[in-house]
Amino acid sequence: MIEINQLTKRYGSLKAVDNLSFNVEPGQVLGFLGPNGAGKSTTMKMITGFVAPTSGSVRVCGHDIESAPLAAKTCMGYLPEGAPGYAEMTVRGFLSFVADIRGLTGERRKSRLDDVIARLALDSVLEQVIETLSKGFKRRVGLAQALLHDPLVLILDEPTDGLDPNQKHEVRALINAMAKDKIIVISTHILEEVDAVCNRAIIIANGRILADDTPQGLAARAPSGRLDEVFRSITTAAPAAGAAHA
Amino acid sequence: MHNISAIFKREFGSYFATPLAFVFIVIFLVLTGVFTFFLGGFFDRGQADLAPFFNYHPWLYLFLLPALSMRLWAEERKSGTIEMLVTLPITIWQAIVGKFLAAWAFAGLALALTFPIWITVNYLGDPDNGTIFAAYIGSFLMAGGFLAIGGCLSAATRNQVIAFIVTAVVCLFFFLLTGFPPVLNVFDGWLPQSVIDAIASLSFLTHFTSIAKGVIDLRDLVYFATLIVVWLAANAIVLDVKKAD
Repeated sequence: MIEINQLTKRYGSLKAVDNLSFNVEPGQVLGFLGPNGAGKSTTMKMITGFVAPTSGSVRVCGHDIESAPLAAKTCMGYLPEGAPGYAEMTVRGFLSFVADIRGLTGERRKSRLDDVIARLALDSVLEQVIETLSKGFKRRVGLAQALLHDPLVLILDEPTDGLDPNQKHEVRALINAMAKDKIIVISTHILEEVDAVCNRAIIIANGRILADDTPQGLAARAPSGRLDEVFRSITTAAPAAGAAHA
Repeated sequence: MHNISAIFKREFGSYFATPLAFVFIVIFLVLTGVFTFFLGGFFDRGQADLAPFFNYHPWLYLFLLPALSMRLWAEERKSGTIEMLVTLPITIWQAIVGKFLAAWAFAGLALALTFPIWITVNYLGDPDNGTIFAAYIGSFLMAGGFLAIGGCLSAATRNQVIAFIVTAVVCLFFFLLTGFPPVLNVFDGWLPQSVIDAIASLSFLTHFTSIAKGVIDLRDLVYFATLIVVWLAANAIVLDVKKAD
């Protein structure tokens, strides 16, 4: 379970994330929506312990990310924005480095590596150096790294960005297949993705929650029943409040 | 412990994943040779020791070791891998120590590959091998000092060239020239001797030359150990402040 309590991040006078509170339960796939600069990535960076909050708290699997960072990080897998990987390493070398850090050994190490390599179809590029990979493969390597220790909590920052339609479909199928007993938070600005994989959607702008509902519930708010219309009307109505704040 | 070794393995391996390792070792060996035989007058001195070899190490390290340390953190910050690294279940200390030890071990490898010169001097004469061994230890410790400073400054920027230059400048002005006799002589007379000695005692040169004479004094060991720990601690602070910029 992820418990986020009055989370705030300030950069100078700018409030990137403003008093955010919500919980995510196992079985939920939460779509984190918002325009660029809404605070999606900053929130994810605070959940995963990369950025320290100005105030408020984050608990993951019952561990506070600030006072018990190692325990919290152990039960999380994280795909940072842009899926960074060590350019000069081979895919195999990179994954075994992550397996080392995650403390995977023996049979389990082998079976986990085989599992993510098969799930993300990385067989053909295992010996290739990461900097020579296409954008789609880089993203898949980043996902493999996040899934490697079979974490209860997955935080994925724009997991399908840069993938072609087939690859998008595969990643969504992958997320759906894991959804049952995990906690998955994905950020995206592709609305069809929310329909395809999420059972809950939070729309934020200027660091604040504007809507928190099921994708169906959100869509029903517009007469046309279209999610993109709801998104537009919610996020374009809001900036005034946030701007006054900044 | 397994985290430090995982970081170490990755970092050490990454030197060899590019031509960097090869280029560095070749240049290091060629330059030590040039300094020893031409500038140092190894043969003309007619003495069976390695003083001309070790005397140039501080100056060689000054512009070679920042090339090893500059990538430690600047590259992670530039490519964004730092975000992945920091969100793995490791402490920042494990990452810093693992990376530092990898760079230090690589410098140690380059230093160890100068062994033919030790063999040569034994073939030509009858040197004091204890002194030579001590000088190797001193040189290795000094390399650790350079790399700890370089690692910290590398965390302060995402540009490796800036990391290189700042490291070289800081090492030159604060850790080499402060113990360089021609510079200290300038201050002779208008600064009290105790102040000059205090400044000189902060320098790599002072401690390295004292070890290179063959005496491994506890004070020199403490100096290098403290220096390394302090700069690694500074590295942790810099990272904490700058990692997400």
